[in-house]
Amino acid sequence: MSGLLTPEMLAHVGRGRPPRTEPVTRRDIRKYAIASGQRLRKYLDGDEAPPLFHVALFWDVVEKDDLLPDGVSVDPLLPDLPLKRAMAGGITVRYHRPVRPGDTLVAVRTLTDLYEKTGRSGALLFYEVTLEITLESGEPVLTEKTTRLLR
Amino acid sequence: MNLDELAIGTPLPGREHRPDEVDLFLYNAALWNAHRIHYDQAYATGVEGYPGLVVPGPQLGDWLTQVVLEWIGDDGVLVEFEYSNRRAAYAGETLRAGGRVSRIDAERSEVGLELEIKNARDEVITPGSAIVRLGRTRA
Repeated sequence: MSGLLTPEMLAHVGRGRPPRTEPVTRRDIRKYAIASGQRLRKYLDGDEAPPLFHVALFWDVVEKDDLLPDGVSVDPLLPDLPLKRAMAGGITVRYHRPVRPGDTLVAVRTLTDLYEKTGRSGALLFYEVTLEITLESGEPVLTEKTTRLLR
Repeated sequence: MNLDELAIGTPLPGREHRPDEVDLFLYNAALWNAHRIHYDQAYATGVEGYPGLVVPGPQLGDWLTQVVLEWIGDDGVLVEFEYSNRRAAYAGETLRAGGRVSRIDAERSEVGLELEIKNARDEVITPGSAIVRLGRTRA
């Protein structure tokens, strides 16, 4: 271990952001469906959202001053970390209910893990964010765990 | 679709993708993702040292869901999906998404699927898996 993570940084694990509420529109579903190369009519017509539509719906809409030089915004769930270069990781999603236009989704994001590893090219930081999405009634829609890495 | 027609190893129809700059633009615009590695060729190659524009990780994940959904149609629902971005892919590459049946749970009417995207060198760049439940209901 190279000891990049301090107790202060690790104290952020378990913290969450205030819930975000977003209405689902047919237009947003159609844009996502076309952009992601869907071929099924129910997605292209916006009758139902593709399974990863929430990735787009809840992507942070940040102002330009909040973008780093590489065009990425800092995840407000994270402490100031010594590695900055973001790389895609992976996700696991459990689905409870399909998403349709007219739904209003509520998302709560929580930092659920933060750890370091040493890779072939040096130290890597990994973090896990859990996203719980429900309807306003509280009915569960999906639970997603995303792992991303910084180098 | 019927569970009796399936066996471990039954292949799902695959699909070939050749993402170009327009695909990358539309996908990142739909997300509001301004990461330069997906549209700024000079930055992606000169600063970050990639051989080209990087296909977004969740775009590759989405293609895996499409393998599942086009196969299952209206005969079942997706209950769980997982993927990881193992290797990068670049605009202009030929990528092939596919999968196969890896588990059959007759009692729960569930089918486990193993999924992957391979590049032209036959390297698995995005492995994944899914669980579908036959019939129209989730757990």
